[in-house]
Amino acid sequence: MNKRIDAVQGAAEAPEASAHGGGLLRFITCGSVDDGKSTLLGRLLYDASTLKEDQLAVLAADSSRIGTQGSRLDFALLVDGLAAEREQGITIDVAYRFFATKRRTFIAADTPGHEQYTRNMITGASTADAAVVLIDATKGMLKQTRRHSFLVSLVGIRNIVLAVNKMDLAGYSHELFRDIASQYAGFAAHLGFDSLAAIPLSALDGDNVHTRSASMRWYQGPTLLDWLETVPVHDERLRMLPLRFPVQWVNRPSPDFRGFAGTVASGCMRPGDRVRIQPSGAETFIKRIVRKGGDMPAAFAGDAVTVVLGDEVDVSRGDFLSALDAPATVADQFEARVVWMSDDPLYPSRPYWLKSGRRTVNARVTRIKHRIDINTMASVPATRLELNAVGLCNIGTDQPLSFDPYEENAATGCFILIDRLTNATVGAGMISFGLGRAQHVHPQRFTVDKAARAALNAQKPCLLWFTGLSGSGKSTIANLLEQRLHHEGYRTYLLDGDNLRGGLNRDLGFTEADRIENVRRVAEVGRMMVDAGLIVITTLISPFRADRDAARGRFSPGEFYEVYIDTPLEVCEARDPKGLYKKARAGQIRNFTGLDSPYVAPESPDIRVGMQDASVEDAVERLYAFVVGRQTASDNAAAK
Amino acid sequence: MSDKHLDALEAQSIDILREAYAEAEKPVMLYSIGKDSSVMLHLAIKAFYPAPLPFPLLHVDTGWKFREMIAFRDAIAAAHRLRMIVYSNADGVARGINPFTHGSSVHTAVMKTEALRQALALYRFDLAFGGARRDEEKSRAKERIFSFRNAEHRWDPKQQRPELWNLYNARKHRGESIRVFPLSNWTELDIWHYIGAERIPTVPLYFSAPRPVVERDGQLIVVDDERMPLRLHEAPQMKNVRFRTLGCYPLTGAVLSDAATLPDVIHEMRLARTSERGGRLIDSDAAASMERKKREGYF
Repeated sequence: MNKRIDAVQGAAEAPEASAHGGGLLRFITCGSVDDGKSTLLGRLLYDASTLKEDQLAVLAADSSRIGTQGSRLDFALLVDGLAAEREQGITIDVAYRFFATKRRTFIAADTPGHEQYTRNMITGASTADAAVVLIDATKGMLKQTRRHSFLVSLVGIRNIVLAVNKMDLAGYSHELFRDIASQYAGFAAHLGFDSLAAIPLSALDGDNVHTRSASMRWYQGPTLLDWLETVPVHDERLRMLPLRFPVQWVNRPSPDFRGFAGTVASGCMRPGDRVRIQPSGAETFIKRIVRKGGDMPAAFAGDAVTVVLGDEVDVSRGDFLSALDAPATVADQFEARVVWMSDDPLYPSRPYWLKSGRRTVNARVTRIKHRIDINTMASVPATRLELNAVGLCNIGTDQPLSFDPYEENAATGCFILIDRLTNATVGAGMISFGLGRAQHVHPQRFTVDKAARAALNAQKPCLLWFTGLSGSGKSTIANLLEQRLHHEGYRTYLLDGDNLRGGLNRDLGFTEADRIENVRRVAEVGRMMVDAGLIVITTLISPFRADRDAARGRFSPGEFYEVYIDTPLEVCEARDPKGLYKKARAGQIRNFTGLDSPYVAPESPDIRVGMQDASVEDAVERLYAFVVGRQTASDNAAAK
Repeated sequence: MSDKHLDALEAQSIDILREAYAEAEKPVMLYSIGKDSSVMLHLAIKAFYPAPLPFPLLHVDTGWKFREMIAFRDAIAAAHRLRMIVYSNADGVARGINPFTHGSSVHTAVMKTEALRQALALYRFDLAFGGARRDEEKSRAKERIFSFRNAEHRWDPKQQRPELWNLYNARKHRGESIRVFPLSNWTELDIWHYIGAERIPTVPLYFSAPRPVVERDGQLIVVDDERMPLRLHEAPQMKNVRFRTLGCYPLTGAVLSDAATLPDVIHEMRLARTSERGGRLIDSDAAASMERKKREGYF
């Protein structure tokens, strides 16, 4: 920080003033439920004299009111800050707490042990330099100990301390400690940690937390605080890597200034350095590094700056400025480890938003290579990823992405997946490498395009996507509508779900994964037919909103219309034109929509056909009028 | 405090401010006039330099702020040529809601939380920056940097979005919003060190001066204007006091102090035996009080 003044020297005699020679350490506490993570962190805060009198008074009052430690202080109440956590005596979400000693400042993240809240544990782990893995000495290693250790290793934390807690309840047994430590070391051997220490302690009594335990004289190693104060932090490592500067925002306050604001992800840059813009590949050089108070001579990993470039080149949010001789990988397909964090499983080919660096693109998992069993670390085949599963996947994006392998550069090798309906963050990914074949598939542009074909047909192509239960009347109405359009001279095609299953989709069954693929194929064929200039009708049950919305995403505005054939289940079952409901009720068909497989109705379909229509003919007439109306509507209106 | 530590905090905050701005349609910065707001505003001006601040500030005025705070707000807005929106809950004003007759929780609910929700809805802001820090209070220690609010402005602490690395998810549907806390990882001490290092102007109430106070319910309340009804035997006395945190004057306890300069304040804070929000009466209204207010839309 240039131009800083030493206004605060007057405080130099205070105890923490010489504190920060050891820099900042961000660490997490993790492990299974009730291993004492919150208690340990509370103890660290208490012993570090971070707590003030009013906070101690609240702690004492809370401990006697809702504490779980009898007449003693319940340190967990210091960090379990949510009402629901205090009621249940558990940790739901990660808490960030701050404390300082003479040697270092710390940001500690207390993470939840319940498997249900793994997403919050990994949130804390993703920004940590070190991890304290707790084990309850009286219980030994548990499933969550393994899961958390694996996740810690996956996000790239390399320094681990195993805190064998509750030694007071285990008779301070040296032998027990040795057994647990060696069992854990055996398990962790494959996790790629740089350093692993084991410390026997009692968080409740404070043994070997700040002060050496009188009850465990057999232990000669560091206390937990010693370890935290001295564990190496490789904050210089990112500076040594090649330059990556993801552009966050284009700063154009006036015609004379065009700057690119962002944070240096890795490496460094100086005015005069030549850089490559990615993904476009164009070359230019750094002209200025602008900061309020004066230009900077250099910027390093972690610095938030604004850059002016030497040439008038096309750069937008999400692009990288990279070292000329060591650019990032650019690809639209790559392999990655994915941690799944949603109750709704991950299915291949279902689309998600993917955010990486400063860019958000459409993405889908094209293939799940395998899932990793956290108990055995074995790779097992998988067709989907359930909540908290970790899988190795191939991922494809709709536009090229700049990235590095996560192991080489965590700052540019990570991504999140976002659900397109709920906008929730549902997946976390770490890229292994780009898939080469993506670089050899280039979409061709042809001269005769959609507009030209549509003009020759003298019609506006579009697609009507019929959705509804089996027996709701989709095929019947679609057939009449196509007849009507054909009779009036429109060029049409009807893609019927059942008919396609005899050919194009012959290899697909009725599992959720197969249904998703079925919808994807029909949507893609429909898109080609619209591209060819036709008015297309599709009739598929298409029970999931996510997949229908994904289908819509393949089309331009004003091309895709959702038609909901809203016939109640009882009516469909009474009609039962193909006898399928009868068979399903008899148990001869499984995964039957409406019975043992859900139908998620459209929230706001473009057209709803149902009770408001006096007859099938009325419904067809209304649909016909809708299509004809689209033909005369202006493009703008159609786009809305 | 090393420059390196402050540099890292500053860079992270600037990164958050830019990322939120780039993802938002209509952002606003909540400005409470306090020290944290002063730092947040300073960081925002740096983040978008040389462009002017690309979004307005919003001050929710309860009508009970210290007069010095209002004067400071207007001076800052003029000095930086900021778009400063001042919003008061007109319905609350008409009903004469005040902290003396209605108590702190009704006053806060109507004049702060409800007013904030009204203002966000009126201007259709889809993203609001707030100066809250995780070290202030234990439910704040749990909050994400990008914190999702549903269409009713509510926070659901049990369903927070995972927030990994620096990949903030600001996606939302129409009507929903995101609150963004660029100072999440700052401590009270960091704030003061940074104010010193960057010479950031702050309200003089943070520094000791003789002020008229009465002692009430264990707190020292500065009698800032004639609207404060004095109880029997209460007579304001001049004492050297200052504030660690600023809010509505009837609800904010002063501390006895001779710390009149920044180094004095930092020195005093290191030796302090009570926490920053110990003087905020609104926090101790009920157990898990801050969390409840946050769930209802308070910052």
